Amino acid sequence: MKKNNKIINTILAGVTTLTLCTPATATETDPIKVGVMLPFSGVYGGLGEATRNGLKMALKEHAADLEGRTIEFIEMDTEARPDRAPEIASSLLNKSHADFIVGPVHSGVAMGMIKVLKDKDSIMIIPNAGANAATGPLCAPNIFRTSFSAWQPSYPMGKVALDAGYKKVVTMSWNYGFGKESLEAFEESFTAGGGDVVKKILVPFPKTEFQAYLSEIASIKPDAVFVFFAGGGAVKFVKDYDALGLKGKIPLLGSGFLTEGTLEAQGQAAEGILTTLHYADSLNNPTNNSFRQRYAENFGKPSDLYAVQGYDTGLMIANAVKSLQGDISDRKALISALENTTINSPRGDFTFSKAHNPIQNIYLREVVYGENEVIQLAAPALEDPARGCKM
Amino acid sequence: MTTTLFIVQLINGLQYGLLLFLIASGLTLVFGVMGILNLAHGSMFMIGAYLAWYFVEHTGSFGVSAVVSAIIALLLGILIERTLIRHLYRRNHLDQVLLTIGMIFVFNALQSILWGNDPLGVAVPELLSSSIPLTDILEYPVYRIFVAIFCVFIAIVMYYTINKTRLGMLIRAGESNREMVECLGIDISRLYTVVFAIGVMLAAVAGVIAAPMTSIVPGMGEHILIACFVVVVIGGMGSIKGAFIGALLVGLVDTFASVLVPQLSSMMIYILMAFILLLKPQGLFSS
Repeated sequence: MKKNNKIINTILAGVTTLTLCTPATATETDPIKVGVMLPFSGVYGGLGEATRNGLKMALKEHAADLEGRTIEFIEMDTEARPDRAPEIASSLLNKSHADFIVGPVHSGVAMGMIKVLKDKDSIMIIPNAGANAATGPLCAPNIFRTSFSAWQPSYPMGKVALDAGYKKVVTMSWNYGFGKESLEAFEESFTAGGGDVVKKILVPFPKTEFQAYLSEIASIKPDAVFVFFAGGGAVKFVKDYDALGLKGKIPLLGSGFLTEGTLEAQGQAAEGILTTLHYADSLNNPTNNSFRQRYAENFGKPSDLYAVQGYDTGLMIANAVKSLQGDISDRKALISALENTTINSPRGDFTFSKAHNPIQNIYLREVVYGENEVIQLAAPALEDPARGCKM
Repeated sequence: MTTTLFIVQLINGLQYGLLLFLIASGLTLVFGVMGILNLAHGSMFMIGAYLAWYFVEHTGSFGVSAVVSAIIALLLGILIERTLIRHLYRRNHLDQVLLTIGMIFVFNALQSILWGNDPLGVAVPELLSSSIPLTDILEYPVYRIFVAIFCVFIAIVMYYTINKTRLGMLIRAGESNREMVECLGIDISRLYTVVFAIGVMLAAVAGVIAAPMTSIVPGMGEHILIACFVVVVIGGMGSIKGAFIGALLVGLVDTFASVLVPQLSSMMIYILMAFILLLKPQGLFSS
């Protein structure tokens, strides 16, 4: 037994030495290392999985564009835990020497990752987390985002509300970063056009006892209600809004997440809700139709917003590698290639702002027969103001 | 606040409180009789809600789903008590906490494997789907009134069982002196199985009847567990009557705080708890 251990130790030592001796600099024949930092378990597990599927699908379909280079994925489960983010990010940066780090879903995790990755060698691409700061005060040459800033989906709704003739609106969300940023963006365009936010309700996160608040809204009788809620909270809110009789009497507006991935659970209660977002499953263009079909064939289930965002992240990497003929060793050239790429996305083509956030269409959608139906373009090629970004 | 709004909020608070009672009653019953601190109690609430969804999807009937889910919960309770909890009676609370926290992780993983992570919803049963108008805008769903009445009914049944029946007598005896009950030739281990299974069933039934009013999501058990512990601590660990009063207090305070002092609303129930513990360190009705 002892002897065996000794042999194993010797072998291990040998292997370690060999590994250490290999030069750290990647050559053009090495695989491109893509670190994937997504939640694969817990509440956001489904979102992480869809993002990963989209990412892999794009890179597989565009394998020919990679100029002979292959992709090595290094997957890390963030469990959507902000406290674990710095540790995982630094392992991908310093141990794995990842060329790209794709992640995360959760804004809190994004903050932890940025702390470690800002101005470092790996390129960080955020496929979901929408905290304004990531492409605002914390922006950096090596940080990109393929999803949205919290500001983007909510800002156009102010104008939609004004156009509908609403003057007095109550806003409501959970009392946390993304929710507050969503309400502020709505308020910005709504008040600029002469609208009045008569009450702003911030519910402690993750509380879902909405009855007391809804009773109060009913007594205020605003022209409309604008909210940000997502996931389980969105289901509960929409059901309560209906059950307490507000539906059909006070129009409900929301940032698109109110009706993303929740429609089946919300059922009849969601009909008629208006939301704004940079995508809709039902978006009728050839790229989206074909994407949805291919995704369903590949993974045996329908695609969603998160799959699209993962897919676009994959396209972004493939585009950049192609334009550099496979040589991504010069980081300055790589960043410039990423900045100048146009993504042929299912959501419509988009480019990147100076702060590395998508300049993209925002659509107005209405829930009709359990689907988010696009009724008009709420804001074409909308660019986040990137307040606080000095780049 | 107008009188109408005050009355509406009063109803909201009472209804929330009554649902909290239903969940907390099982927790306090198990602690009072068996001295077991079951942190996985919230998981039973979650399982109840998921079972309700599952059987509504497969049978189409909420009533059938409720009965089947309750029976499954009862059997699950017996299984857990016989295989796991049993070994903890002579151990300290820390060991109980360790095991029952472990159970939370297991149940969460099972939920994720069996039912996925997307939020689910159950429609309100047809029979109870109408609403009663309260103001020109506000309506009160009949289902929520039904839930409130159901919770009061359970409270009365529990009160009657504990004070007037042989089982209740045994439960009370077991609470005050376990050894003496054993000496009298009562099979205390069977009594414990029954009590634990009833506790699990109460939490699961609460999950079932809450299902049409809420969203069924991973982690829903943990959120409700914290509120339940506040209820049980306020009422006095182990006291059913305390749980009833505590739940109504928590429901009302939480509802009115949400509207009157929104900035403080997330802590108001804890402030209430601290205040009551200052006056009565054992809770309102400690046994």
